[in-house]
Parts: sequence; C-alpha cells; structure tokens
Amino acid sequence: MGMTMTQKILANAAGLPEVKAGQLIMAKLDLVLGNDITSPVAIKEMDKMKVNGVFDKDKIALVPDHFAPNKDIKSAEHCKCVREFARRNKITNYFEMGEMGIEHALLPEKGLTVPGDVIIGADSHTCTYGALGAFSTGVGSTDMAAGMATGEAWFKVPSAIKFNLIGKPSKWVSGKDVILHIIGLIGVDGALYRSMEFTGPGVAELSMDDRFTIANMAIEAGGKNGIFPVDEKTVQYLNEHATRDYKVFEADPDAEYDEEITIDLSSLRPTVSFPHLPENTHTIDEIHDMQPILIDQVVIGSCTNGRIDDLRIAAKVLEGHKKTKDMRLIIIPATQAIYMQAMEEGLIKTFIEAGAVVSTPTCGPCLGGYMGVLAAGERCVSTTNRNFVGRMGHVDSEVYLASPAVAAASAITGKISCPCELGL
Amino acid sequence: MNAKGRVFKYGDNVDTDVIIPARYLNSSDPAELATHCMEDIDTEFVKKVQKGDIIVADKNFGCGSSREHAPIAIKASGVSCVIAETFARIFYRNSINIGLPIIECPEAAKAIEAGDEVEVDFDSGVITDVTKGLSFQGQAFPEFMQKIIASEGLVNYINSKN
Repeated sequence: MGMTMTQKILANAAGLPEVKAGQLIMAKLDLVLGNDITSPVAIKEMDKMKVNGVFDKDKIALVPDHFAPNKDIKSAEHCKCVREFARRNKITNYFEMGEMGIEHALLPEKGLTVPGDVIIGADSHTCTYGALGAFSTGVGSTDMAAGMATGEAWFKVPSAIKFNLIGKPSKWVSGKDVILHIIGLIGVDGALYRSMEFTGPGVAELSMDDRFTIANMAIEAGGKNGIFPVDEKTVQYLNEHATRDYKVFEADPDAEYDEEITIDLSSLRPTVSFPHLPENTHTIDEIHDMQPILIDQVVIGSCTNGRIDDLRIAAKVLEGHKKTKDMRLIIIPATQAIYMQAMEEGLIKTFIEAGAVVSTPTCGPCLGGYMGVLAAGERCVSTTNRNFVGRMGHVDSEVYLASPAVAAASAITGKISCPCELGL
Repeated sequence: MNAKGRVFKYGDNVDTDVIIPARYLNSSDPAELATHCMEDIDTEFVKKVQKGDIIVADKNFGCGSSREHAPIAIKASGVSCVIAETFARIFYRNSINIGLPIIECPEAAKAIEAGDEVEVDFDSGVITDVTKGLSFQGQAFPEFMQKIIASEGLVNYINSKN
C-alpha cells in the first residue's frame, strides 16, 4: 500500500523506508519554533533538563509576536526571557521587534520553511507551512523544549482525508472561504488526529497566500496538519525566498485515505463563521436573507489573513470609501516586509484614508491580547481564525470570521456584507 | 495509580480559550493560572473545585490553541483526571507531557453526571461511577505514559532515565 504525502515526509525524517497510519516514530526536526507566550514555559522546562544547550542554533526560530511589542510588564518579562535565552544560546533566527512579524507569515517569507521539512512549533497554527509541502504541526511547550534539546520528536503517523479541489473560485472568493466552507462541512473535529491533504486541479487556481490561509486553519478542523503538493507557484515562491535546498515529496498514486472529499471551488461563495465555533458557517447569500448583523469592529490581519494578497484585496474594497462613523477598523500587516510593500503600493494610504488604524505586526487582537479587545455585547468581523467564547475579549462579545474582502466591505456598511453590495 | 473525586461536567468542544483565557497568558505561573481556570465557561469552577476532582466532557475537549497553560491550569487547580469522549490532539499530548492524566471513554462521558463520585484506575483503564454504581472500560495508559505521569511530566521522566 502506498503512502500519503505526509507519511512519505515522516518516513524520510524517521529514516524508514515505509510508515503506516498509527505507527509511533521518532523523527528528525528541521525547525523548532516558539513565540513569546509558549517559549518561556519551554525555556523553564529546558532548564530542568540535563542537557547542554540547544541541538542546533540554526534550526530554532523564536518570534515574540503575541503580546509584542510588550503590552504590559508581565509580557515584557516573557519577551525578556525569550530574548536572553536566544542570546545565551546564540539562536540565529531570533526576530526582535522591528525585524519580526507574525511567526507563520514571517518564517516562510524568510525562507526558513521549505518542502519536505518536519517542523514543530509551540503554536497551534504551525500547520501553516503545509502550504509549501512541509509537514508542520503545533505542539506544546514541553515538546518544544524536548525538540530544542534533542532535535527530535515522536509522532503517531496520521491517516488522512484527501480534499480533491476542482474548478476556479469566483470573484471575492478566497482561500479563507475555501477553508471556512470545509470546516463547516466536516466540523471542528472533522479531521481530528488526521492529515488534510489538498490536491486536484483546483490547487493551481489558488495563490500561495490562499494556500497559507487554508493550511493555517487545518487545526480548526482538528487536523494534525494540512498539506499542499509542490507546483510551479510553490517553486516560484521558493525561488524568491528559500534559504536552503529542499526535497519534494508526492503522495503515492495508491495511497490510502480515510475519506475523499471533492470541493468545487467555482461553487463556493464568500463564507462567514458565526460565534462561537468556526464550523458555524453561513454563505453571504444566507446572511443577506437574515436581519442585518450590525458590527462594532473589523480586524484585518493575523497569521491567517495578514499577507500582501489579503491587504491588496482589502484595499481594493476600501479604495474611495470610508468606514462607518462608529466602526473601529484595525488593519495589521503580518510582517515588516508586508508592511513596507503595502506602503510602497499605496495600500496603507488607502487604509488610513478609509479611517483605519494600521499597526506594526502583532497577533494582539486575534486572541484578545491587546490592540482591539472587545467589550461586553460588541461584535467584530475578523479575518482571524477563532471565534470561541471570549476569544477577543469580554465573554459576552462576538467574533464573526470572514475573508479580507467581506471584512473590508463590512467596515464600510456597518453590517456583515459582500463587496458586491458596494457595486464591486 | 488511581484518581478519585467529584465530577465537573461539560459539553462538546471545550476550547483552550475558555480553559484559560489568553488575557491571563502574560503569566506562566501554575498557581496564578489555576485561579482563572474554566473562567469563561463556568465561573463557579474555581470556587468549588477541590483536590482530586475530575472533569468529564463530551467530544474534542481542549480544541484550539497549543497553550500548555491549559492543562497546567487544570492540574494546578487540583483536578486529578479528565475524562472525555475525545480530546484535541495537541491538548492530549500536552496533558501527558505535564503529567495530567486524561482518558478517552465515550460511554463514561455520556453516562457520568455533574457531582457524581468517580474513580479511575489508570493501570486497567477502568472508570467507576461510584454514585451510580456503573463501570466503564476506558483506554489504559501504556507503561511509558504511566511513568511520565508518575514522574509529573516528560522532563522529569527524561531526567530520571538519564
């Protein structure tokens, strides 16, 4: 029996000719990642271990991004702990404020994640790098500590669901709508413990930024990882970014899948997840038939949708418009390079003229940290990834997950809207 | 190894944001995290929880973020075991790694009610609802996982082997 793409990568990293679903393996790691929330716990654990420093100073990435720039004294202490650890261990890929970005946008941009890699990160959205044909998955701080110390991690080899993408997305339908549709279809535990392998002719219709968004939210369906095949667009991206050689893996033609699901991209509509689970999805047409859902805040950014394509789409919608009077529109480019590019392309000017707050990269509002915390009874349309109870602030606030196009249109109308309602 | 205590019962998809809201993640001190455990889903939990108590929930317990602060907060609040129909995978891994016993058992998750007295035998995987007089077969921990839990986590276990 053949292997899935994920299984082939894991077999290679474990030095085995073959692996099967359910098998426990020890795999070599190409990158271990942590942020300012999870790394301090990992550092504390590593200090308890009887080891001499890290396994490889070039294969660890530390990115203070969640509560950075420091939101309060305790966060400052966490960032300091990470900074001092990086200095002590001469970590090559420590990204200080001003050089940093949201980890899952930053690392591919810096060329640190390439096809065939096995990557663990103490952040659940580590699954993002599957867009490049890598196996990457979120772990906790203790696993991160063990990974930093030994360069290895144990895995249970996952089985997989194959998503056969066909067709071409219509106007205003993006990667975000694809993944929200899929989560609505299979549920927040629909891919629990399993890989989500995206394949089919529809993949070629998706930009790299679309693919990052889709792989990023595999965790929201419970998935262990999400992964895309390497094609011309991937190679072009890697030619511009990769800092090292890579190995391309493909699923065997006779690979075994638990399930195969065909998604016709041409049939998808802009999709919104209602509170308080990403699986509570409605199309924009269904929303059109409901009572208007009035909103107080719009956030465009995060590891899910803070990339240049996302900002370009938002700017296209916002161009020549203004947000409604009482709306708070917060736009956060995911990295310094994206911020700079958005500035050069005039997108930042469009945002500010539309009445937006534009911030330095941070995860801040996505997890209710800072830079956009919600009060009781407030509603936010956000391009982020989770809409759990209290995720963005008060336990009685609400988050609606949507694409940058829908988020931008909603800021202009004051209710959840499609750009088509603006004649776009 | 055994756990015995009174049950707090929750439904499907209890996520890490309600187990320990991100607004408290500027701390990594277990005792401090425990004072906010389950705050956004059950404000009574922190007031009522006693050492040894057990959490029982339906499917996909611990979904969402990879924050190890979630099982740390539960453990530091005194909970001796979490039983659920299924667990989100990162939460499962994190719980074992920090020495919080967790066990999957759909039948037990369905039958056990809030306030029941429940006993769990980790060697056999048998879960007993003492209040109802019912027993369920959960998944027994393999030996290495029992050792990790007995060592209060992966790091101590690794150190004890070296």
